[in-house]
Amino acid sequence: MAKPPLPIEKLTELYGPHLDYEPPGGWQDESRNPAQKLVKTHCCFCGQQCGIQLKVRDNQVIGFEPWEDFPFNKGMLCPKGVKRYMQSNHSDRLLNPLMRSDDGFKTSNWEEALDFIARRIKEIQEKYGKDSVAVYGGASLTTEKSYLLGKFARVAVGTRHIDYNGRLCMVSAGTAYKLAFGVDRSPNPWEDIPKADVIMIAGSNTAECSPITTDYIWRMKDNGGRLIVVDPRMTPISRNNDLYLPVRPGTDVILYMSILHVILRDNLQKSDFIEAHTTGFDDVAESVKQYTPEFAADITGVPPQAIEKAAHWLGEAKAAMIMHARGVEHQSKGVENCSALINICLATGNIGREGAGCVMITGQGNGQGGREHGQKCDQLPGQRSIDDEEGRKHVASVWKVEPDAIPRAGYSAMEIMGALHSGEIKALVSICFNPMVSLPHVQFTKEALEKAEFVCVIDPFMSETAHFADVVLPGSLQEEDEGVVANVEGRVLHIQKCVDPPGEARVDWTIICDLARRLGQNERFEYGASREIFDELRQASKGGVADYYGITYEKIDKHMGIPWPCPTLDHPGTPRLFESGKFFHKDGKARFVLTPYRESGDPVDNDFPVYLTTGRVVSQYLSGTQTRRIGALVDMYPEPKLEIHPRLAKSHGIADGDWVHVTTRRGDATFQAMVVKTIRPDTVFVPYHWAGPKSINQLTHRTIDPRSKIPEYKVSACRIEKGQAPAWSSKKGAAK
Amino acid sequence: MTEYGFFIDPSRCIGCKSCENACAECETHRGYPMIQVDFIDRANSIATVPTVCMHCENPTCAQVCPADAIKKTEDGVVQSSLKPRCVACSNCVVGCPFGVPKMMSSIDQMMKCDMCYDRTSAGKRPMCATVCPSQALAFVPIEQIKRERKLTPTNVFRFGNQEVKTKVFMMVPETVDEISIDVVDYIWERGADHEAIA
Repeated sequence: MAKPPLPIEKLTELYGPHLDYEPPGGWQDESRNPAQKLVKTHCCFCGQQCGIQLKVRDNQVIGFEPWEDFPFNKGMLCPKGVKRYMQSNHSDRLLNPLMRSDDGFKTSNWEEALDFIARRIKEIQEKYGKDSVAVYGGASLTTEKSYLLGKFARVAVGTRHIDYNGRLCMVSAGTAYKLAFGVDRSPNPWEDIPKADVIMIAGSNTAECSPITTDYIWRMKDNGGRLIVVDPRMTPISRNNDLYLPVRPGTDVILYMSILHVILRDNLQKSDFIEAHTTGFDDVAESVKQYTPEFAADITGVPPQAIEKAAHWLGEAKAAMIMHARGVEHQSKGVENCSALINICLATGNIGREGAGCVMITGQGNGQGGREHGQKCDQLPGQRSIDDEEGRKHVASVWKVEPDAIPRAGYSAMEIMGALHSGEIKALVSICFNPMVSLPHVQFTKEALEKAEFVCVIDPFMSETAHFADVVLPGSLQEEDEGVVANVEGRVLHIQKCVDPPGEARVDWTIICDLARRLGQNERFEYGASREIFDELRQASKGGVADYYGITYEKIDKHMGIPWPCPTLDHPGTPRLFESGKFFHKDGKARFVLTPYRESGDPVDNDFPVYLTTGRVVSQYLSGTQTRRIGALVDMYPEPKLEIHPRLAKSHGIADGDWVHVTTRRGDATFQAMVVKTIRPDTVFVPYHWAGPKSINQLTHRTIDPRSKIPEYKVSACRIEKGQAPAWSSKKGAAK
Repeated sequence: MTEYGFFIDPSRCIGCKSCENACAECETHRGYPMIQVDFIDRANSIATVPTVCMHCENPTCAQVCPADAIKKTEDGVVQSSLKPRCVACSNCVVGCPFGVPKMMSSIDQMMKCDMCYDRTSAGKRPMCATVCPSQALAFVPIEQIKRERKLTPTNVFRFGNQEVKTKVFMMVPETVDEISIDVVDYIWERGADHEAIA
């Protein structure tokens, strides 16, 4: 059974996270030994994929220089980008394969480790069947690796269960966009943002989670545009809003249906557009009739006057954009929330034009590219449905297998963990995913991993999930391999290799190929370079929705990115979708989609009367596997705090800095209070990047959206009381 | 040659501290930022403000320096104290009306922002204004900022009877309305008084 070989405290002492502050050679070394080259590449720490130049000397990354010519961010970077170079050469970096023994992880070699993994996969599959092994991927991987992982799972392992941590990111939006438009991509380039007359930001802590987008929003304001922000918290992007809608957690869809209600009531819809380019309008129009602003106000906590105002601004604008992120997507009705926003854009004709559209702000490094080519449980390369028979034939021909040999849809990330827990799945191969921090209800995840008969983790660092592994393989960082990613605009970018992996660590795709060979797949996993994987991916995506066939590394370099679809070599790419009013469904029309309200999977009641919502801070990235090791970033916000309104705090006798004991139906934990007027008084907020007793995911619940399979991080029910300082409160992060 | 100006717009600041982290990458003081970002009043607001040297025409820090250790370059950039002259008395730290100079007790010298002299003298923008994701710190031609921004630049400050003119500009609104910063003022609660949002 997969249990940590040593107490977690001991593993943390050995493998970190430790805090590194200084670059190789120390602070003053660069003046004596300057960089030998500057490599133009991209930041790895969110879906914006800002251009950055990394300073390289003697096969080490020693600093950064802004890349001012890169058009998307023009040199701008957030603190994660500024400090991203500190992950290279980190003292916690795994340098050898590790195998679990009775007294800890012992250093192994690649032959032994890979042979062992292949043997265990074969043994478990012989005993329990092909689908008893699951594969986890991640959206920080390059698109080549993501593609290869999908092929590896389906061809080499032969399992239908492959999914990835993007399942925790923006799959609700992806599902809603596919339903409405037939394609999963933000339709607008970011340069459209400053051209909008009105922008509504719905459930996005834009300034902290996609910081450089802030400048685009402020430029919209400078151009005379108006900003509406919908959030239970005032986050930094709300400091210049013209209208603030403090929605009660989990009631978003009613707010958006009410906005549509006012638009239709006051005849602000674009009937010509609706008639010519959409279907399903009448049903949606009927469905919003009951959602008067007064009715919605009581449920959402947003005043009727504010709903009226938002509706009129959106309905009367020449060009309006709605931008949304995890706030609406991380709900058990995440798809409905996104569909309700799309319905507003369709009804007002705000789509497919300059400054007009509905866009999702994808969060993860390769959140867009990582989901297009096959590590999603229900998709094949090119964003094809795994049940699309023509698509299966095409991909099978590229993979040189029979179409029937490609498994059908498997379980999503949450369902895979559930099946490990129930015993249906017995083994897990995980790369670039840290479910012990990122999945809800940590105790459940822990039990599931402990039940596994075999766990293999591939990562550059010892993640909290790797503690449970039988074998930990030292993989690569973004700067150690060449490849592509797609940013928040669907723009395909070229990641340059800056350095080789240190020690015995290896480039991820070579590890996957070596494992595939040991599973009996020789010729199908023979690649000499990332470029060869990319060329195969281009073929596999050809004719699909996310068609990459016309994209090459050289073309990306020349144009500083190519937005897909790009079907032919002479095609310039597609910065803005739907310009001709033509959508990706067979009839060319967009769909209005019904968005019935239903209660959260963890409703508030007398025992648990307070909403708990979770999110991120600007200085940390996702589960913190990389960023909880970078001293400067950790110092900015060392541990999770609980944001609470003074009204709620006072009623519990809680003052700023007091410890608050939070209990949900799953468990309890203690956090320090930050008493602030910038949050609804019926809601508390805790960011999620931390592990163990600091993890708010000890308290969140496993309810998922039935279609997107995303967990409901944004709405839990809790009760709070004044608590005692926990044991961890006196321990600061350890410098090595 | 187009003249570039340094502009601060606190209303754009998102408190991300990218500027602090990037400033600390400078070779002359690597590890120590010469700029800082603060919450103005976190209990009541998410508003933050960056503080960076304003590079005064007649710098108070230099006026109050008993060792004559603080010099201004010909192009108006006020430098850190000269190491051979600095007596580490901290008069400059106390005297600066903007709260900028820092006494580095480890080296007994006052250090401050020199507007990335190494970068600007080589035609680059200062590091903080280059990376700032909200462009609350901007280094652009003055014509451009006047054309593109709603707020207007000013470089004259009054502290009691003292008027200070600076090389760095602050973006200010022509009129300032009172802004409510309590979420409660925006919430719908049946029966409550909603005049604030009406």
